[in-house]
Amino acid sequence: MTLPEKDISKNQTITSPDINLEVKQKPESLWRIAFDKFMKNKLAVSGAVVLIIIIGMAIFAPLIAPHSPEEQVLTNRLAPPSAEHPLGTDELGRDTFSRLLYGARVSLTVGFVAVAGIISIGTIVGAVAGYFGGIIDSILMRVVDVIIAFPQIFLLITLIAVLEPSLGTLIVVFALFSWTGTARLVRGEFLTLRTREFVLAARTIGIRKGKIIFSHILPNAIGPIIVTATLQIGYVILAESTLSYLGLGVQPPTPSWGNMLQAAQDFSIMLYAWWYPLFPGLMILITILSFNFVGDGLRDALDPKRKN
Amino acid sequence: MDVNVLSEKENVKSKGPGEDFILEVKNLKKYFPIKDGILQKTVGHVKAVDGLNLNIKKGETFGIVGESGCGKSTAGRTIIRLNKPTEGKILYKGEDITKASENQLRKSIRKDIQMIFQDPFASLNPRKTLGKTLMEPLEAHQLYKNKKERMDRVKELLDVVGLDPSYFTRYPHEFSGGQRQRIGIARALALNPELIIADEAVSALDVSIQSQIINLMKDLQEKFNLTYIFISHDLSVVRHISDRVAVMYLGNLMELADKDSLYSEPLHPYSKALLSAVPVPKKKGEEQRERIVLEGDIPNPANPPKGCVFHTRCPVAMDVCKEVVPTFKEEKPNHYVACHLYN
Repeated sequence: MTLPEKDISKNQTITSPDINLEVKQKPESLWRIAFDKFMKNKLAVSGAVVLIIIIGMAIFAPLIAPHSPEEQVLTNRLAPPSAEHPLGTDELGRDTFSRLLYGARVSLTVGFVAVAGIISIGTIVGAVAGYFGGIIDSILMRVVDVIIAFPQIFLLITLIAVLEPSLGTLIVVFALFSWTGTARLVRGEFLTLRTREFVLAARTIGIRKGKIIFSHILPNAIGPIIVTATLQIGYVILAESTLSYLGLGVQPPTPSWGNMLQAAQDFSIMLYAWWYPLFPGLMILITILSFNFVGDGLRDALDPKRKN
Repeated sequence: MDVNVLSEKENVKSKGPGEDFILEVKNLKKYFPIKDGILQKTVGHVKAVDGLNLNIKKGETFGIVGESGCGKSTAGRTIIRLNKPTEGKILYKGEDITKASENQLRKSIRKDIQMIFQDPFASLNPRKTLGKTLMEPLEAHQLYKNKKERMDRVKELLDVVGLDPSYFTRYPHEFSGGQRQRIGIARALALNPELIIADEAVSALDVSIQSQIINLMKDLQEKFNLTYIFISHDLSVVRHISDRVAVMYLGNLMELADKDSLYSEPLHPYSKALLSAVPVPKKKGEEQRERIVLEGDIPNPANPPKGCVFHTRCPVAMDVCKEVVPTFKEEKPNHYVACHLYN
């Protein structure tokens, strides 16, 4: 039984110059491609613009606000929108517009800081569980299961009722009990990425574990993490409003969108001063909607499998 | 292409029996546990590699062929210690690396043994530029004094594998499959290794590109006196590049011989069947070669057949094959086979 050898030796020389021609002229980083994709999504871009306006207004609240958020004019209670008070006044004669601006500061701070905590804890737990697997993975994931098994909002209410309700407590409680989803997501990403050949290659080269986790695998999982972070901010702002509405969140006189709604829940106020509950409600709605639009846009933009 | 800078190693090819082996694999086993139930109890094992013995000579190209799922890739990954061996011994230059920790490995084989992977699209980190990918091995082992020298070395490497050094700042998605495989080879060469395990290194490439890459690998072998373990299911490619070839089936070696004697007169029924499946252009007047078609599928490696693992599909199986595991022995000079036909 004889076989002819494949006649490969006579083929092209290995340094033929034309193999170098296929590369595009300008290097395009993956971030640039993602940015271009994002900009094509109108809903996401408008969400981003709205968010930038809201964040800008929160940052420059002292310059924009026509009144102090705590200035009471008791003779001018529940006044309808006017030139003096563009969104009317509340039951103590405070300017609703100014209070909304300062309330945005509170809501956004809770959102961003808590989510920073959520993402840090979730990513580290998920990365360790996913990369090392085995018994470490089992233990960490059982902890996650236990935390998920508690109904979140009741857990938050109980904890905040026991602890002193304040901005700091809110943030800590959110961060400590909402990281589980992120941890599961990151673990899943790591489970698939750790067996990819570029990770194996890094191991055969002798790169240390920590560097493989943070410099090789994590950057490839960053897309889904950013998306979940964006959506989480919306969730945390909503949860903060819920708790404030129940009187367990940010305490008066500090304005937050949630406790403004709570103050407006009186039936007569809703009937005779529609502007008072309307505007904080609208702000919550618009902000969360914008975060969700941006999150969806980012998911599409950062997923290499989706074409525009 | 200045190659002296890369390696001053002596260009001596050692051949023939009796001299030192660069790598010895003794009775290597790699079992993957099958877990089931809520407590994740181990209910069985997939015996991917089941008692493998290999001796690799310095400077040779050792081919391993077999069907998908025969354990050849697992064998390669276990030898380079990406997997923990279940049993057996791996000796690199006489040093036992079977149970070495990752820190110990970093001092020995992580520099000397490298791997070229199958899929050039998965083997490069999409978030790192070509420069970063190639700088990393040098940084990990703190070779060269400063960044400038390391960059020079990377540009040299690119030149050696036939890529333009100006690609330094480009990302993997900007390259074609063949170019990416060259990058993979450059990365494997970066640390000046002695042994390179090529796991299906050309299987994912077009035929024309395959030949370029194979020729590049042959060139590099000569220049840097490399030893290759070339794992592939493509018999023609293996024949082209290898000095010795081993045929693997269900985690065991069936036959091992010099390339020429294996391809011209295979002894094991499995090797015969494999080789008969390679398409050959028919010449005028030449007889049609007999095609041996194997019945059935490769058995489940979680539950391999008793006796000779091949007996379920062997066209010439005897009663003894169902009971007794054949020994792997030298039937002709340098031609080893595990089959009862030759006992």
